[in-house]
Amino acid sequence: MTPLTQRRTDAVGQIMTWLCGGMLALNLLLILGLLAILATQGLGYFWQKPLDLLVLVDGTKMLGEIYETEAIPTDDPGAPVTQRMRVKTANRDVTGSDFRWIDEASIASRSRPGDAVLLERQEWGNFHGFVRELRAHGETLASGDAEVWPQLQALVSVKSRERAALSRVEKGELGAINHRIERLRLDERRLALTGLPDAERAQRHEALVRQGEAEQREYEHVATRLGALRESFDAEILVVATADGATRELPVSHVVRGVRPNELGMLGSAGLYLSRAVEFVTGEPRESNTEGGIFPAIFGTVMMVLIMSVFVAPFGVIAAVYLREYAREGLLVRLVRIAVNNLAGVPSIVFGVFGLGFFVYFVGGSIDQLFHPESLPTPTFGTGGILWASLTLALLTVPVVIVATEEGLAAVPRSVREGSLALGATRFETLWHVVLPAAAPGMLTGMILAVSRAAGEVAPLMIVGMVKLAPALPLDGNFPFVHLERKFMHLGFHIYDVGFQSPNVEAAKPLVFATALLLIAVVLAANLVAILVRNHLREKYATRSI
Amino acid sequence: MAIDPYDAEAADGAEDLSIVMDDASTPLPRIDKPVLSAEALSLWYGDSKALDAISLEIPEKRITAFIGPSGCGKSTLLRCFNRLNDLVDEVRIEGRLRFHGTDLYAPEVDVPTLRTRIGMVFQKSNPFPKSIFENVAYGCRIQGMNRRSELEEIVERSLRGAALWEEAKDRLDESALGLSGGQQQRLCIARAIAVEPEVILLDEPCSALDPIATAKVEELMSELKDHYTLVIVTHNMQQAARVSDYTAFLYLGRLIEHGETARLFVKPARKQTEDYITGRFG
Repeated sequence: MTPLTQRRTDAVGQIMTWLCGGMLALNLLLILGLLAILATQGLGYFWQKPLDLLVLVDGTKMLGEIYETEAIPTDDPGAPVTQRMRVKTANRDVTGSDFRWIDEASIASRSRPGDAVLLERQEWGNFHGFVRELRAHGETLASGDAEVWPQLQALVSVKSRERAALSRVEKGELGAINHRIERLRLDERRLALTGLPDAERAQRHEALVRQGEAEQREYEHVATRLGALRESFDAEILVVATADGATRELPVSHVVRGVRPNELGMLGSAGLYLSRAVEFVTGEPRESNTEGGIFPAIFGTVMMVLIMSVFVAPFGVIAAVYLREYAREGLLVRLVRIAVNNLAGVPSIVFGVFGLGFFVYFVGGSIDQLFHPESLPTPTFGTGGILWASLTLALLTVPVVIVATEEGLAAVPRSVREGSLALGATRFETLWHVVLPAAAPGMLTGMILAVSRAAGEVAPLMIVGMVKLAPALPLDGNFPFVHLERKFMHLGFHIYDVGFQSPNVEAAKPLVFATALLLIAVVLAANLVAILVRNHLREKYATRSI
Repeated sequence: MAIDPYDAEAADGAEDLSIVMDDASTPLPRIDKPVLSAEALSLWYGDSKALDAISLEIPEKRITAFIGPSGCGKSTLLRCFNRLNDLVDEVRIEGRLRFHGTDLYAPEVDVPTLRTRIGMVFQKSNPFPKSIFENVAYGCRIQGMNRRSELEEIVERSLRGAALWEEAKDRLDESALGLSGGQQQRLCIARAIAVEPEVILLDEPCSALDPIATAKVEELMSELKDHYTLVIVTHNMQQAARVSDYTAFLYLGRLIEHGETARLFVKPARKQTEDYITGRFG
C-alpha cells in the first residue's frame, strides 16, 4: 500500500499551470504595452519642447526643437561614434521642410534664448523665430521684442474670437443662405420636370425667381459684412525674424497661438498642454488634417456607430428571437445558424463592396430617381454617405448580435418560462415580460461587441461614404438638420490618412498615435456605457445560477 | 404535436389495458363530483409510452398525492392537467381528461385561460427575475389588471395565503431571487393563488427544501385545502401519508392503486404498492 506521506510528483500539472499563467501574463503585457506606446507617443505630442538656438560651424543659425539623437551609422567599426540630431526647425515656408538632421560635430554653439517664439499658424505649420514689429494700416503699433510680445498675446486672443465670429457668419448665416438658394434652384428644376399648365408654371416660376432674388440680395448683404469683417481681421501685420535674421511679414490673423517655449515654466507648459489637448479634441483640422483638431472625425465615428446601433439592435434581436424561440429546430434552422456564424467571418471589404453595389447604387440610386430627380445627375443618396456606411456596418455586425442574443435567450431557464405559462401567460407574453428582460444582458453583450467592431472598421467605409475631409457635419442647423446622405470623417481613416497620405508625414507621426489613442478612448467610452447598463440590468434581472 | 383526443382507437386501447385494473379488484374511490378526471389516458414521448391507460378522479378541496418511483410518469400525468406537456415536441396523447366534465384537450379550449384555473407550483422554485411584488402580481397583470391599489390588495392576500407576508412585507420591491429556497417556493405558491385558480398542481414542491421549510409548505397545503383542490407529486412517502387525503401509486406509467391515503398506506390492496411503501423497491 502506498504510504499517505508519499507525494506523487505532478510535474506536468505544474508546467501546465505555469504555462497558462505565463500566457495570460504575456497577453496582459501586450495590451499594456500597446496602450503604453500609444500613450507615450501620442500624449507627448502636445508637450512643448524648448527651442534651441543652434549655431553651426559654417555660420548657419537655426531655432528648433530637438526630437531625437542617434548614432550615425557607419561601415567602419573602428571609427569613433558620432551623434546626429533630428531637429524640428519648422518655417516650412522658408526652408521647405519641417525637419533637419544635424551632425553634433557641426554645431558650434547651443543656447536657449528666452525671447525665441513659436507661432502656430493657420498655414505653413509652425514658425520659429523672434518677433520684431507690429503694424497696422502701414503704421507701427509696437516695435522691439519687449513691446510687441504682450500686445501680440492680447491681439492673438482677439483674433481667435474674430475668427470664431467669421466662421459663424460663413458657416451659419451664409451657409444657411446658400442652402436656401440651392433649395430654390432645385425647386425650379422640379417645377420644370412637373407637367403643370404653362400659366401655372410661369406663375410659380415667377415666385421662385422673386424669392431667389431676395436671397441673392441677402447674400450680398452678408457678403459685404463678411468682407468688412475679414478686412479688419487681416489688418494687423506682424514682422518676424528667423534665427539667421531674415525678416518676414505675417498677418496676425494667421497666428493661432504664440508661445515662448524657453520661458514657459512648469505651470505654463501644463496650461499649454491642456489648451492644445482641448483644441485637438474639439477643433477642426487644418493643413490637410496634419494640424488642428479632429472633432469632425470623432463626431462622424460616434454618429455612425449610433446610427448603426439603431439598425442593428432591433434586426439582430428580432432575428435571434425567431431563431431561438419560434423556429422549429431542424436542418433549416441549423443551416441558417451556420450561415449567420459564417457571415461574421466574411472579410469586411466584401461587405463594403456589397454596400456600394446594393445600398449606394441600387437603393440610393432608386431613392434619387423617386425623390430627388431635380438634382440629378448629381446624386443625393446615390453616393456614399453616413447612412449607407452605417447600414453596411450594421450588416457586418448583425451576426454578432444574433449570436449573443441567442446565447442570452438560451440561458433563460426553461423552468422560468414554464412558470410564466403556468400562470396563464401566452407564449408571446412570456417572451415579452420574462424572457426578453432576462436575456437583455446577453443582447447588450452583443451590442458591445458590435460597437467595438464597427468603430474600428475602416476598409468597407472607404467605398461607402468616408472621406478625408468632410465640408460639413452630418448634423447641423439647416433643415432637415440630420443629413444622412452626407459624407463623413472617421477616426480610423483619419489615422491612415494623416499617417500615410499627408504631405508632411514626419510631422504628423505623433498625431497618428494621439488619434489612435482617442479612437480607443471612444470605443472604450461606448463600451463602458453599455457595460454599466448591462450590469444594472443584471442586478435587476439576475438570472439564477443554481 | 399530435394530440387526437377523439381517436376511436384510444377507447379500444384503454379497454385492453384496463384489464390490469379489473383483475386487481382494487377498491377505487367513488367520487361524486370530481374536479378533474382522466379516462384511459395514455401518453407517448415520440415512440416511448410514458402513461398507460390511466383512469382516475380528483376530488374537490382535497389533497391527492401521486407517488411512485422516479420515471413512473407521475409528473407527466400532473403536467397533462394544465397542458404543460403541449410545449414538448412529439408528445401524443390518447384518452380523455376532463375538468368539471369539459374535455381539456378539446380544440375550443383556450389553454392560457385553462392555466389560470389550474395553477402549478414546480419542483425547483422558479421566481421571475423581478421584484417580489411583481412576481405575485404577474398573473393578474397578464390578465390586464393594472390598478396599483387592486394589485396591492391581491399581493397582500396571496402572500398571507402563502404564509409569506410577515417575512416579505418590508421587501416587496426587492428582487425575488434574494429570498431563501423555502421562501421562494412559498412565493411561487403565492403567485399561483394570486390568480385564484380552482386547482393547484404541485410538482414535488419540497424536494429542494430543508425539513423546516418543508414543514412550512406542508402546513400551508393543509390550509389551502379549504379553498383549493390540490394535486401533489412527491416521492417522499411520509409526506404523502402526512398531507394527502387520497393517494395514487403509479409504476412504469400505470396506475397501480388509488385510494384513501389512510387505507392505502395501512392496507394496500396490491403487492407492488406494499413493496413500494415498505421500501422494498423504488
